Amino acid sequence: MRDINEHTPGEDLIIKTAVRLMVPFAQLFGLYVIVHGHYSPGGGFQGGVILGAAFIMLALAFDMKTSQQYMTIRVNTVFNNLGAAIFVGVGALSAIFGGLFLDYSALDKLIPMGSVEWRSFGIFLVEVGVGFTVMSIMVLLYWNLSSGGAMDEGL
Amino acid sequence: MTILSILATILILLGLFFFFAGTVGILRLPDFYTRLHAAGKCDSLAAMLMICGIAIYNLQPFSFAALLISLKLFLVAAFVFIASPTATHAITEAALVLGVKPWKRTEKKRP
Repeated sequence: MRDINEHTPGEDLIIKTAVRLMVPFAQLFGLYVIVHGHYSPGGGFQGGVILGAAFIMLALAFDMKTSQQYMTIRVNTVFNNLGAAIFVGVGALSAIFGGLFLDYSALDKLIPMGSVEWRSFGIFLVEVGVGFTVMSIMVLLYWNLSSGGAMDEGL
Repeated sequence: MTILSILATILILLGLFFFFAGTVGILRLPDFYTRLHAAGKCDSLAAMLMICGIAIYNLQPFSFAALLISLKLFLVAAFVFIASPTATHAITEAALVLGVKPWKRTEKKRP
């Protein structure tokens, strides 16, 4: 039997294998929740949390370096600014084209495909923005909290 | 009663039995590890049996919409079956590393 004291938590074959098996499906489910957000339970926030949880699972089972291999700090920053930019951009575009802020039906003048379709599609665009931001902020929160702000080495 | 109904009833009753056994185990067993053992059983096996029973019951007036929902439920069962024992394993290992001593027969039941 192995000595218990030589064993560090988080370095375990069972947990690593299970996480390696589940992370792709968790990410696929997160995308599904985001995309189905406007006509079934779900949405940008929930899907973003699931996507972020997939990365947090990687960081928990392996270490922070491994999760930063898949999503670097630079990519993380790009994602959380891109999400906010998509949200504000869609809102401001619809205000520019003659509606109120986030009144998607005004975007019909930009790409004509019917104001009803634009209401549905505009919600989808905003949800994608929310999903990006929530995913990267979740991962960033975990990195910062588990490493005391240094983001180099943690759990 | 169709065959699918009977099968679903049997699966849900089996799941209920395992949930009952797990609850009794959590309440009666003496220390952390044994209680976690009971909780792990009812989390993985009983939840999987219940979800499979519900998925089979859902198929009754057969349609492709119902089949889609049942397939999603079977996927949920498969992932519960992978994730729940892993979570139990991780909690047990963390307790072992932190130095929670296993219960011995001469001790009293721990609160």
